[in-house]
Amino acid sequence: MAMSDETMTGGASGSAKAAPVPKGRAAAAGGKSTLGQAVFVILLLGALALPFIFKNFTIFQMTMLMVYAIAILGLNLLTGINGQFSLGHGAFYAVGAYTAAIMMENLGIGYVWTLPVAGILCFVVGFLFGLPALRLEGIYLALATFALAVATPQFLKLTPFEHWTGGVQGIVIIKPDAPFGLDAVLNADQWLYFFTLAVGLFLYWLARNLVRSRTGRALMAIRDNPIAARSMGVNTSVYKATAFGISAMFTGIAGCLGAIVIQFVAPDSFTFALSVAILVGLVIGGVGWLPGALLGAAFIVFIPNVAEEISKGLAGAFYGFFLIAVIYLAPQGAGGLLRALVAKLGR
Amino acid sequence: MFGRKTWMAAAAAAAMIAGPAVAQDAIKIGNTMPYSGPASAYGTIGKTIEAYINKINAEGGVHGRQIEWISYDDGYSPPKTVEQVRRLVEQDEVDILFATLGTPTNTAIHKYVNAKKVPHLFVSTGASKWNDPSNFPMTTGWQPNYPTEGAIYAKYIMENIEDPKIAILYQNDDYGKDYLHGMKMGLGDKADSLIVAETPYEVAQPTVDSEVISLKSTGANVFFIVATPKFAAQAIKKSDEIGWEATRFLNNVSVSVGGVLQPAGLEASKGLISAGYMKESTDPQWADDAEMAEWRKFMDEYYPDGDQTSSFTTFGYAIAITLQEALEKAGPDAGPEEILAAATSLDVRVPILLPGIQIKTSETDFAPIEAMQLMRFNGESWEFFGEVIHAESS
Repeated sequence: MAMSDETMTGGASGSAKAAPVPKGRAAAAGGKSTLGQAVFVILLLGALALPFIFKNFTIFQMTMLMVYAIAILGLNLLTGINGQFSLGHGAFYAVGAYTAAIMMENLGIGYVWTLPVAGILCFVVGFLFGLPALRLEGIYLALATFALAVATPQFLKLTPFEHWTGGVQGIVIIKPDAPFGLDAVLNADQWLYFFTLAVGLFLYWLARNLVRSRTGRALMAIRDNPIAARSMGVNTSVYKATAFGISAMFTGIAGCLGAIVIQFVAPDSFTFALSVAILVGLVIGGVGWLPGALLGAAFIVFIPNVAEEISKGLAGAFYGFFLIAVIYLAPQGAGGLLRALVAKLGR
Repeated sequence: MFGRKTWMAAAAAAAMIAGPAVAQDAIKIGNTMPYSGPASAYGTIGKTIEAYINKINAEGGVHGRQIEWISYDDGYSPPKTVEQVRRLVEQDEVDILFATLGTPTNTAIHKYVNAKKVPHLFVSTGASKWNDPSNFPMTTGWQPNYPTEGAIYAKYIMENIEDPKIAILYQNDDYGKDYLHGMKMGLGDKADSLIVAETPYEVAQPTVDSEVISLKSTGANVFFIVATPKFAAQAIKKSDEIGWEATRFLNNVSVSVGGVLQPAGLEASKGLISAGYMKESTDPQWADDAEMAEWRKFMDEYYPDGDQTSSFTTFGYAIAITLQEALEKAGPDAGPEEILAAATSLDVRVPILLPGIQIKTSETDFAPIEAMQLMRFNGESWEFFGEVIHAESS
């Protein structure tokens, strides 16, 4: 199995379709996309039934899983599809979260309206950050975004903004109840779960269509060979900055949802560790494979708890061990592993 | 592989382990601590509490009930605290939460635990908002809060310094403002006339030298330093260098000799006044103290890896004993409500606290420790002086 070739271009072939089809196996494509659809339907049914089976705590955890999955999806569009690195997505997550908190608590606006505002705001911030970042490649871009992640918590603490951000103390948000009389059937946790699920599905649909569109192909062309893309008439600057904007928009919406679910924002919630967590989730899920975001999110939500269960003193070490084990066993993340399995079964 | 004998032995062993616990359910106590991340040094407090609970259990528990201690790592990250506390409340179904650590982390769960009506006892943070029984009847503080300390200095200044003119340097955040607020409350009506200057500094600043110089120029004879260790050291050093002969007060946050006074210069630090509420394990005056001896015995036996020079191990010990007192008082078969009622009607002496300091709570006062004793730095160590000062007002 030509794994090494796939490693280099796996993102490209994988991301072209939601149910990825390795090159040279087009014959099986029809069957696999049916398989993909079947898996999707089963997952969706499971997701719809889940809140009626499990306790509120599990529902809350699954909601956070979806929130992180959306954030990872955003980073995947940037890194997996467009080939730009970011160690600073925690900053966009924070912008989204604070947008929600400030709108809800200071301005008294309904939580639903915070999502589009956070999305647009983060798109603008991401686009503007993406413009100067155009000159930076690879690890230099990673460092520039790293600076963004480190600076964000400090900006949030600054006195001039304190009236809005609440300074170090942060902002406490009141959890919304289910609307339209649904609160008789659904409690707040269940409602937020379905709300997040709906937003997540919409964003996933958006991301999938984006990747399959002309724009998506241009973004991937820039990743695979920027010179060729430029000579084909792709305006690389505009596309790269747009990719940054869209990616930030997704992550910002995730931050917005996260703030509503957690009911609290504070500068200490959005440290560099958050950016790293999003990156870890991306790599675990599979760079360039959109559904991988769910698996990556599951890793960053559950594995720290598992590691802590094993040993409190060595939780960090065990987390590292799991991380290395996954990278070693599935070098292309969960996406690569699934692709390899499907390829083997299809043979 | 496993013969009948092995199974029988296993069953017998299981019966022995389960034996005493069957009689009565254990009291489940939940907690979050930063065992990892930037504030992981505080994790020692959690480990000390765990060691003390092991001691209680080994000695037969409270009213014959064992204590089950469930402490999760939150890495000092508020979203993680929310997750872990929801796990404790909804999945582990703990009876109470105890000594959860950190101001932002406890703020994140404040509303939740009060809505869920889970007692949230003796939180490990010095902010003043934990003493708010009418709005948050489930949450209580433990250590003296910052306003209390500020008020204690104010009381001393009014009684001992002639014609005081007070200059204050403070960190521009909740912590700094809490002290400022306490000082003003302590001074009462005279606050406006006695405080001649109050200058904030930002954590992002490299130094506070220029602030100190401008404060001196106001002609103040009292200098109150509300600063975290690095800035406190700068302020102590600079105020000495420029020959400002004011009585200098230093907040309890920065009283570490090794971490603050040595970098500032021991000679430059001479004469500083601060306040404390716990015995320091490194202080020679407590070398032969019976309570300290008891604590050392506990450390040797139940937490041999623990650092006996760290104030976190004495803190963990004292706060765990406070919990034990509350559980004893709540009586046999106590549920969360009885434990909360007991914890908010305490009047006991807890070891390691300075002599004369009492743990005291009531229905309207959820701040257990509200007294401190002043201490002066003699160039080598802190010397306590005067009486224990109470500031129950705040």
